[in-house]
Amino acid sequence: MYDEEFKQIDAELNRLHSQSNAKVVFLVDKNGQLITSVGETRDIDTTSLASLTAGNIAATGGMARLLGEREFSILFHEGEKDNIHISVIGHRVILVVIFDQRSSLGLVRLRVKKTAETLTKIFEDLAVKTQKEKAAPEGAPSPFAEISDEDIDKLFG
Amino acid sequence: MSFINYSSREINCKIVYYGPGLGGKTTNLQYIYKKTNPESKGKLISLATETERTLFFDFLPLNLGDIRGFKTRFHLYTVPGQVFYDASRKLILKGVDGVVFVADSQVERMEANIESVENLRINLNEQGYNLDKIPYTIQYNKRDLPNIVPVDEMNRSLNPRGVTWYEGVAVEGIGVFDTLKNIAKQVLFELKKGY
Repeated sequence: MYDEEFKQIDAELNRLHSQSNAKVVFLVDKNGQLITSVGETRDIDTTSLASLTAGNIAATGGMARLLGEREFSILFHEGEKDNIHISVIGHRVILVVIFDQRSSLGLVRLRVKKTAETLTKIFEDLAVKTQKEKAAPEGAPSPFAEISDEDIDKLFG
Repeated sequence: MSFINYSSREINCKIVYYGPGLGGKTTNLQYIYKKTNPESKGKLISLATETERTLFFDFLPLNLGDIRGFKTRFHLYTVPGQVFYDASRKLILKGVDGVVFVADSQVERMEANIESVENLRINLNEQGYNLDKIPYTIQYNKRDLPNIVPVDEMNRSLNPRGVTWYEGVAVEGIGVFDTLKNIAKQVLFELKKGY
């Protein structure tokens, strides 16, 4: 993930957050790693939520395949106060929107659809860029090439 | 696959604890959770049945500190060990960076251990990984019990690759952190190789 794309993604999520009147919007990769989050995240354990969301999508994806579907791309959970709208973007990342009565499912669905298009484009460009960099290894050296045994030992004190 | 965020300077790696049912995978995570500073751990999430058998997975995020200016985070997962949860196990292996196999040392569980290693190999293959290449550590757990298989014999049946192994008593924490450190090191070295 590079700085440039990260800023684009962040801007798009901020737009979705305000246009859909959501409490929190976040983006997770399919392995359960949180990519970024926007909104009132202070009281929310986003790391755990990211992992559970990915587990949820994975389980639903397993169900889909058993039924001959490629995936179920939208999940919606309704609570007493808060609701959660989960959608798979471009088969690779998961967009999560948490909202309450200040918004509505219809509005969230509409706005998510728009954001999904933008994000799909960003991630496609990112995939192309990553491929190119892999093909041309003479680019900027990765910080990990320099990791030494001592660096790793230090982590464990 | 490890997720490297150059923008927020973070490395996230995924480690999965695998093994037969009631072998001590969840116990490993519970001990790590208990002994880690509050500031370097997240919540331990357990999706378990009413009888505390793992239903889907346990999850524990750990911050190990900085490496070359990158925050190093490990996400530890366990799989449900019981045979009939195979569909769930496959899902959890997605994007794995390293595997810890927690074997049950009791004589009567050897068959379950062997079956579980074979299952691990098959499920990894389905995700495009090879058990002979992926970062991999074995823990022979429950060494405090009376009717256990000698380590040599366990190595012959379960560890043909000859990876690093530890004797463990996970309930008392014996071997738990040795296992974790070993797998974390292997994962970080793999990361280094890949770049």
